[in-house]
Order: sequence, then C-alpha cells, then structure tokens
Amino acid sequence: MLRNKEPRTVVTFRTTTDAMRAEAAARTHGLDGRLIPVPREITAGCGLAWSAPVHAEEALRALYEAEHIGFQEIHRLTI
Amino acid sequence: MIYFDSAATAFHRPPAVRQAVLDALDTFGSPGRGAHEATLTAARAVYTCRTRLAALFGLSDPARVCFASNATEALNTAISGLFSPGDHVITTALEHNSVLRPLYRLRDAGLELTILPADEKGNLNYDDFAHALRPNTRGVVCTHASNVTGNAVDLDAVGAFCRAHGLLFVVDTAQSAGVLDLNMEKTSISVLCFTGHKGLLGPQGTGGLCVAPRVTVRPLKVGGSGVLSFAEHHPSELPTGLEAGTLNAHGIAGLSAGVDFVLSTGASTIRAREHALARRLYEGVREIPQIKVYGDWDSPYRTAVVALNLGDYDAGAVADALAQDYGICTRAGAHCAPLMHRALGTEEQGVVRFSFSYFNTEDEVDQAVCALRTLAE
Repeated sequence: MLRNKEPRTVVTFRTTTDAMRAEAAARTHGLDGRLIPVPREITAGCGLAWSAPVHAEEALRALYEAEHIGFQEIHRLTI
Repeated sequence: MIYFDSAATAFHRPPAVRQAVLDALDTFGSPGRGAHEATLTAARAVYTCRTRLAALFGLSDPARVCFASNATEALNTAISGLFSPGDHVITTALEHNSVLRPLYRLRDAGLELTILPADEKGNLNYDDFAHALRPNTRGVVCTHASNVTGNAVDLDAVGAFCRAHGLLFVVDTAQSAGVLDLNMEKTSISVLCFTGHKGLLGPQGTGGLCVAPRVTVRPLKVGGSGVLSFAEHHPSELPTGLEAGTLNAHGIAGLSAGVDFVLSTGASTIRAREHALARRLYEGVREIPQIKVYGDWDSPYRTAVVALNLGDYDAGAVADALAQDYGICTRAGAHCAPLMHRALGTEEQGVVRFSFSYFNTEDEVDQAVCALRTLAE
C-alpha cells in the first residue's frame, strides 16, 4: 500500500540540469523538499519535480528568481 | 615506460579520477532518468561536472555545457548544426581532420569553404581573415592550438574579427583545454568543443560542446531525453537538446575529478610546468646535428609539444626505435592534420611528436635527450 497523500508544492523543470540546480540551491539555503518523479496529474512525460511543503512556494519563487533558476510551473497537488 | 604522448591522450592522471570512476560504477543509476537515489546520484555528478566546466571555460550557464563522446562528435554537432549549404565558412590549415572532414562533407553539399594557409613555421597571417570575408560568410571554425607544432592561435584576435562581422565562432580546444586560458564570453566564442581525455585528465569517451547564450545548434542525434516522452520531436532546451541517449556518466564522473584538479591546481601552474618540460627537451636537442624541430619557438603562446625529425629517417622508424630501445612513447605520422604537414613540408616523412603532461619529470626528459643524441650518432 502506498503512503497517505498530502498537499505539496510541486515544481516542474524543462531539463534535468534545472532540477539539479534547484536541488542544490534548496540544499544550500536550507529549504525542505526532495526530487520526485513528475506526478501524472501535471504531465504525461517523464522527468523530475521538486516536492516541497505547501508553505514553501513563496520561498521557492524567491530563490529561483535570485539564483536565476529556470522552472516550468509551480503546482499545489495532493500527492 | 616514459609517456610523452599526452597530446593523444592523458596517461598519468590524479588518483581522484580513477577513484571517481570506480565510485561511479558502484553507485550510479541512469542520469536524468527517474528519481530514485541511484539515478539522482548520477545526475548530481553530471551536473557538478557541468558547473566545473562552465567555470573553467568562462560560461555563465552550466546548462549550456552539453556532453558528447569526444571532441570529434562535438565538432560534428557544432559544424553540421550551425552551417548549411550556401553558407561560407573560414577555417585554417592548422586543423585536425575532426574539423576538416565535417567541413569537407558540408562543402560537398554546397557549403563554401576558405582554408587560410599556414607558413613554414605553422603560423597564420591574421590579415587573411578579413581578406576571406564574403557577403555570405557565416562563421569561423578553428583550433586553439595545433596538435602538430603546439603553436596556439590568437583566439582574442579571431574572436574580435567574428564579433565585428557578426560571425559564429567555433573553437576546437582538444589540445588546449585545461592548459591554455579560455573564456568564451571574453573571446566571443559561439561554440567551444572539448575533449575530456587530454588536458582535462578524464577518461576516454568524454567530451562535449559549450554553447554560448543565443546560439542555436541543430542536434546531430535525437532520441531518448528523459523528459517530454510523448513529444514527437526531441526537446530543444540545453543541455537535453544535444544529449540524446544515456550519457557516459561513469566517464563524466572521472572527467569531473580531472577538471576539479585543473581548477584547483590552476591552468597557469599546469602550463608553466608542461612548458618547462617541453622547453627542456627543445633546448636539449635543438643543437644536435640532423635534428630538426618544427613550429614557432619564439612564441611563448603554445602547448607542450615538441615536433621533430631526425635526418631523413621516417618518423615512424624513429618513434619505433624510441619505444623499443628506450621505452619512450611518442606519436609519429601525420597526426590527422594533413594541411599542417603540407605547410611544414613533412607530408612524406611525418614528424615525431613529444607531448608532455604535468606529471612528467625532468629526468624523463633528460633520458629522451640522451636517446635522441644516441640515435643521431
């Protein structure tokens, strides 16, 4: 049985390199989260997404802007 | 064995390179494919290598460092991905076949090609670039340093010419990366092609191309990308756009360790050491009767290569004697650079090329000098 679903902020990226950069930046700035396979709700392709607590969206947007990290979309999903 | 063939491939490497490859074999999944720990470990290592190469080459965005299997693949990608029949491209007689053959193939399809000559020392006349300009000139492809003589091209001058005329500038750094200073932005390089297994001290099967912002390269290969699986066309975003198929992440891990060594040691320190060794051999043999050393030794802007011949002996016979009788590894022959040999007048004889690494010693050089003295007697 899979673990229980919970609301998360989920960020998608165009390339693995952007995802790597986002992960490194989050680690450097002590932001919680981890890379996950992209949930099927938001794309039919494969790839990586950054899954973070729901309250992290603002901090992530600020981080990506400050560090010039490209991302595709930011979603709020129950996954 | 004394290894003086580092211009062909590195032999002595920092221990960290070997360890990185071994660790990678034990821990890596497929980079950029999935999100479990093994694949993320590989993806992080590949990303780290991109950041190190971007730092080394003066490129602000690591995502524009695209891996390939070697400089030849990178040059094929750049040349066929930037130029089309009807374009005019300028190149030089210093080039390796990895530049010339992709250009010749495009010429067969209708590309106009100008090859600037080299003089008897292997030098270019930089005024020739302006004289070669045509209304349809689209770019310049040139090496940073000759793999035959070691003499370097003044990339700042060529880059300024390209910038002034709005031309693409493709540079082959197979002989210079890790040794000579390179800065894509300062030099206006559009695409910098590199190999991983020479001055960057990585394993064979690594290399790539760094693409400047606002430059678009059509991919040579399309296929698996790890993203957008349902799209019929390969994604265009870099680096994915130029990296179809699974990367050589095990090799890239080793390359990353090699580049880390170059960054921490400093290309200038490596260059000074290698130059001192090359100069030691040059000074030790230049007065030996029968020995002719090629290239321009008045210019300090060069890589650690000494190309020479012994009388009229076939270069291959001399290299074979060095290997068999003295355990000294050199490279003889035409070095895949036919036009340079034509300029030097060594089409028939070839040359014996000694090329040095940071890890060679003065004693090894002195043994080579003694061997050449004996062979010349």
